[in-house]
Amino acid sequence: MVPMHELGIASSILESVQKEAVRHPGAHISKVGVKIGELAGVDRDALQFGFEVLVKDTELEPLALELELIPRVQRCSKCAYEFRMTDFDPRCPLCGDLATQCISGEELDIAYMEIDDS
Amino acid sequence: MNRIAVEKKVLNENQILAEQLRERYRENGVLCVNLISSPGSGKTALLERTLERMDKSARVAVLTGDLQTENDARRLAKFGFPVRQITTGGTCHLDARMIGKHLEDWKLENVALEDLDLLIVENVGNLVCPSSYDLGEDAKIVLLSTTEGEDKPLKYPSIFFKSELMLLTKIDLLPYVPFSADLARENARRVHPGMEIIDVSSTTGEGLDRWMDWLKARQEKARLQGVVG
Repeated sequence: MVPMHELGIASSILESVQKEAVRHPGAHISKVGVKIGELAGVDRDALQFGFEVLVKDTELEPLALELELIPRVQRCSKCAYEFRMTDFDPRCPLCGDLATQCISGEELDIAYMEIDDS
Repeated sequence: MNRIAVEKKVLNENQILAEQLRERYRENGVLCVNLISSPGSGKTALLERTLERMDKSARVAVLTGDLQTENDARRLAKFGFPVRQITTGGTCHLDARMIGKHLEDWKLENVALEDLDLLIVENVGNLVCPSSYDLGEDAKIVLLSTTEGEDKPLKYPSIFFKSELMLLTKIDLLPYVPFSADLARENARRVHPGMEIIDVSSTTGEGLDRWMDWLKARQEKARLQGVVG
């Protein structure tokens, strides 16, 4: 484990890439796509930077990291309306109810990898 | 070029270990709580008062994390319960692997989960990174002290969102600091509607009964789950 949050996360992503690469001998993984929820507490720039540092001068090059920010979405428990939550206001914009549940925005998931077979 | 769907958690390895820990806690009817806050919010002071109030026969143990020093373990050991220091050597959070390793090592000192009802993990003082690492705990508990800003829940929403309980600490200082407890509670509940909040002072003891009751109630729930399981 490395002493910086995003660097540790970058290194976990790379472990997954290496594991996947073993399953595709002779191919090269050129891109990995990661979803980051607004609530995940991960700084995208720091993650991108840490990732580049770890990949540099290794056999994993060239390997790109594509980050997709997943907004915080709430669903109203009363009227089932789903809305993008901004400024931490949980109130349902449709019916005004306060009992809304978070249904996305916590993600820290690897979504896909791109593999060059040539 | 081929695109393959992966769809797994980035911290998958940690998640697997955390689930294993959670299962072990459940099997043994142990309540595990993970205390998280900024450095200096009063985690260790709260634990001192907590252990002090425990029955001498209570089956409780503490794992306390810091970058360096055994100071916290020393402070907490004097209450007679098993305490173990995890020094991370620079890492800004505890992860499930560290917890698992220390639980293993603890067995050599005859501290085992089957002999416990409550395991308290005091995380490294940090509001950011510990929020990403599941330790298999039943509940995350976040501390916010009256010497910090009321807007901390808005600045670090992740941990306030994921915590079941917020302890507003150092409330004995309210007359001396420009801190609005109402605003802090309002901000916490904006991020996490319905979050439980208990005001405490480790100096005067105010609120500690409520905190001990909360722990007791959750312990009973964990114990029953262990019996059923």
